[in-house]
Amino acid sequence: MQGSTVDSAKAALNYHGTVAGAEHEAHPDHRIFGVIVFLAAESMIFLGLFMAYLTFRAVYPTWPPEGTPERELLLPGINTLILIGSSFVIHQADTAIKQNDVGGLRKWFGITAAMGAIFLVGQIYEYHNLEFGLTTNLYASTFYVLTGFHGLHVFLGLCLILAVLWRARRKDHYSSEHHFGVEAAELYWHFVDVVWIILFILLYLL
Amino acid sequence: MLPYLVAEPFHRLLQFVMTQTEAPTTKLPSGHHPAQERKWQDYFTFNTDHKVIGIQYLVTSFVFFAIGGLMADVIRTELRTPASDVVSPELYNQLLTLHGTIMIFLWIIPAGAGLANYLIPLMIGARDMAFPKMNALAFWMLPPAGVLLALSILVDAPQAGWTSYPPLSLMTGKVGEGIWIFSLLVLGTSSILGAINFFTTIIKMRVPSMDLNSMPLFCWSMLATSALILIGTPVLAGALILLAFDLLVGTAFFNPTGGGDPVVYQHMFWFYSHPAVYIMILPLFGAISEIIPVHARKPIFGYLAIAYSSLAISFLGLIVWAHHMFTSGTPAWLRMFFMITTMVIAVPTGIKVFSWLATMWGGKIALNSAMLFAMGFVGEFVIGGISGVMVASVPFDIHVHDTYFIVAHLHYVLFGGSVFGIYAAIYHWFPKMTGRMMNEPLGIVHFILTLIGMNLTFMPMHALGMQGMNRRVALYDPQFQPLNELCTIGAYILAVSTVPFLINAVWSWIKGAKAGDNPWNALTLEWQTTSPPEIENFETLPVLAWGPYDYGVERIPEDIEPPLTSPELQPDTSALS
Amino acid sequence: MLAGIALTLVSLWYGQNHGLAPVQASADAVLVDDLFNTMMTVGMGIFLLVEGVLIICMFKFRRKPGDDTDGPPIAGNIPLEILWTAIPVVIVLVIGVYSFEIYRIEGGFDPEAAEQSPVQVSPVQVAMLPDTEMSAPLLPPASQPVSHKPMHNHMALGVGGMPDQMKDPDLTVNVMGLQYAWIFTYQDTGVTAGELHLPADKDVKLVIKAQDVLHAFWLPQFRLKQDAIPGQDAELRFTPTRVGEYPIICAELCGPYHGAMASKLYVQPADEFDQWLQQQIASQPNSDQTVAAKPAADRTDADYLATFAAHNPVDAAALEQLHPHSMQHSMSEQAAQSLQPTA
Repeated sequence: MQGSTVDSAKAALNYHGTVAGAEHEAHPDHRIFGVIVFLAAESMIFLGLFMAYLTFRAVYPTWPPEGTPERELLLPGINTLILIGSSFVIHQADTAIKQNDVGGLRKWFGITAAMGAIFLVGQIYEYHNLEFGLTTNLYASTFYVLTGFHGLHVFLGLCLILAVLWRARRKDHYSSEHHFGVEAAELYWHFVDVVWIILFILLYLL
Repeated sequence: MLPYLVAEPFHRLLQFVMTQTEAPTTKLPSGHHPAQERKWQDYFTFNTDHKVIGIQYLVTSFVFFAIGGLMADVIRTELRTPASDVVSPELYNQLLTLHGTIMIFLWIIPAGAGLANYLIPLMIGARDMAFPKMNALAFWMLPPAGVLLALSILVDAPQAGWTSYPPLSLMTGKVGEGIWIFSLLVLGTSSILGAINFFTTIIKMRVPSMDLNSMPLFCWSMLATSALILIGTPVLAGALILLAFDLLVGTAFFNPTGGGDPVVYQHMFWFYSHPAVYIMILPLFGAISEIIPVHARKPIFGYLAIAYSSLAISFLGLIVWAHHMFTSGTPAWLRMFFMITTMVIAVPTGIKVFSWLATMWGGKIALNSAMLFAMGFVGEFVIGGISGVMVASVPFDIHVHDTYFIVAHLHYVLFGGSVFGIYAAIYHWFPKMTGRMMNEPLGIVHFILTLIGMNLTFMPMHALGMQGMNRRVALYDPQFQPLNELCTIGAYILAVSTVPFLINAVWSWIKGAKAGDNPWNALTLEWQTTSPPEIENFETLPVLAWGPYDYGVERIPEDIEPPLTSPELQPDTSALS
Repeated sequence: MLAGIALTLVSLWYGQNHGLAPVQASADAVLVDDLFNTMMTVGMGIFLLVEGVLIICMFKFRRKPGDDTDGPPIAGNIPLEILWTAIPVVIVLVIGVYSFEIYRIEGGFDPEAAEQSPVQVSPVQVAMLPDTEMSAPLLPPASQPVSHKPMHNHMALGVGGMPDQMKDPDLTVNVMGLQYAWIFTYQDTGVTAGELHLPADKDVKLVIKAQDVLHAFWLPQFRLKQDAIPGQDAELRFTPTRVGEYPIICAELCGPYHGAMASKLYVQPADEFDQWLQQQIASQPNSDQTVAAKPAADRTDADYLATFAAHNPVDAAALEQLHPHSMQHSMSEQAAQSLQPTA
């Protein structure tokens, strides 16, 4: 190779020895690790936005600014419960697939997807019925951008879940051994859920 | 049905991005497989080989370095005279904005990523990165975003500086600012994807016999860099998203006319952009820690101190950002907090500099181009480090903030530091990457021109800033003209200095002397395979027989296979199956 | 040993004789220069040490031709490493404490700078063009709470009074930054000018505001700088000690003509200053009213700029071109929307 006269196998042996049969193995699965690192980075976007929100809140004389209409708590409250609930539901799917129960996986992922969809519909319904728009004031802008950005993540999570469901239509696609897609979707969903809880406390309760 | 239509392509994309190197045992006969050659066409394709991607990064970023450098020379030509006579003030601001953005996001950061891509798997004895396709994707986000940004000068380039502070950035043209935001979001995403790969690869894919403390120092510094990218870049994305809303939709997060607060943008921006300085310099700290011991023929002095000082810099780098805002809306107690944290960074940085000096002291130094640039790095960076401690001091920073003193300081860090480091790394690893040596006399000419040009350009700027010349100006007080002319001459010399380098690199790549596997007699793993390395790096996965810097120590004689007696050195085959 | 002594002496000499700083026109400048000289001395020492070691290495520890052996395998020296960790720690602590002290003496911690300020707060600063409705105040002046910051309850910004003088400043001047000029309004007399005249040896307070984008008010000879941020007031308080003419520079990128945004500060003996002030009062028809109290609509940017055209290379027409009209308009509308009290 490249005109080198050195026998590369011998050179490698000379320096560092060989491990018989250890070459060209598939390395262990690091994808879940990658997903976790990715979610850590994702959470920093939310952290940045939360800190911006808290700063606006802190430097404004009154918060929300005078004249901001009252927000209703009932619908977002129900929405929150649905989303938190869905985290427990999706965990059932994980338990199911670990026992090679693809039917269980389909069932629980289906329910989670439905709950996620209800959440999104509820969110859109709330947007329609709010008395302030995106540019009404600083509170309104942060409200829409934070919930909207989270909503986008819920939508992506929903797509992930549906993708897993699509794959799971074949009985042997996921097994107790190989179910990275299931785990990744579940992790992502938990992440979206945790972000929502913080968001709900910041935007609605504080 | 509809959801499935959405879901399927999405899943394919995910599958695609998250696939890893899978070289199942069934596909390849154990023991031997025919070595494949890289074709030049491979470098223009969506190739997943980390070595191809590394070179793609390095070459692309160098092209942008040339573009950014050209802009710098137009800027310096404008500043040769106090009047605004070469370009219009608007174009001047566009040039300085693009110069800053390109040099940071399309030259130094990707060049560091290129080195990391090329070196990490080789140094830790892996066949590729953890997620090769994601790796290629991260690279291919770079050229479109960069070209878009560079071409924006033809229509309506951003002109609010690379910091893009609102409200100015909201008032100087929507198109340019929009392009700027979009490009940065793409480049930031690319950077994050790269960092996920580096982080996972270093943590998870070392050969079984390599623990963290026997890793080459470059890997340590990339570990610290990746952590900074993963923590910092998303916050910049957050700031840019809000800025985009202000710009395009008419919200008022940072717009005081609508009740927003421009200082919040500054906090979010600098939360990333200060660590960005360390993202730009830490990989080169690592590279220098590799290069100096090899050419000084001595073990690195204080391995653990250098390794952990990278982590310390990384951590401290996250809590110093407001020192860019000492004259802005930062209350007194915060100014003091950030002053102290900033100054403390000098301690781990000093540890590194002194350790490098101690490594050289008493060694047998081969003064080749790589070593000259490495020593130049230490000598120039230390000037930026000293002025860095000075500008950390609030009372002094109040005077020199946003002046040419800062311009001088940052260029000593980023040119005298990062760029010298990148050059040193290229001279050092060129034989590995291409299998050929670079030309030494040309390399020395390149070094001397760069050293003279660099100091001539940036040293007088210290005085200019102290005396009262503010930065980012197309017109200035005529009393500053003599020093400005010196700077301009220096900038021209810097432009010329890249010519011998380019000739050298291109000519050596094609016609240079054969390098052999290990021309420097170095001990780290990347030198224990062929040059250039075969497609999966190692014929057989190596086992460490010595540390990365065991120079002068009696090593195991060449013809005896290293004993694998200690059980922890035995490869853990159970994890591999 | 000898080298060490020489290094120390050179550093000490250079630290005092670098000639980098401009003239000192206030007590603050002397303080900052002392701090800088100290840092320069230490920095010069470190610089010479590092470059010296590099040069010695280049010549003394160069590989002899034909010598392919390795150097001595010295991989560390714990006491030495502790030493070069501890020394920077001490240096940094000393410089940190010194800087802290200088900042305190300069008045950086003046805690009441914001609360005490007798500034009559003008209505919310909005980006204004002469003919937009937003040049009018948003709220009637009467409803303006007197001690209230315009928009945010930020803490004090800038450099306040020296901590030992617990008195009101002798003179307070409002400084307004706008593209591309500084407007100075003397609070007691309402005199408005495009150049800053200050009496020597008097305690002066500048209240720094911005109208459109960020600016930074920089007095190099006074070693003082403060960003002018729209919607937030900041202050600089100092005592000019040296009669003379000094540049006033905008140090924050504020648009294409940022480099031209400069003015002059004249420090005059007290009687000369009074004379100047009387002249100004006489020549300004509405000088009995403070600018802050009068509706902004009376006085547009164009008027302001016309007054100071001599110091400002951009005329009002050019200024107008620089702001895309629609942009201004939409911004103003938002501002109006967000600030109108909704019942």
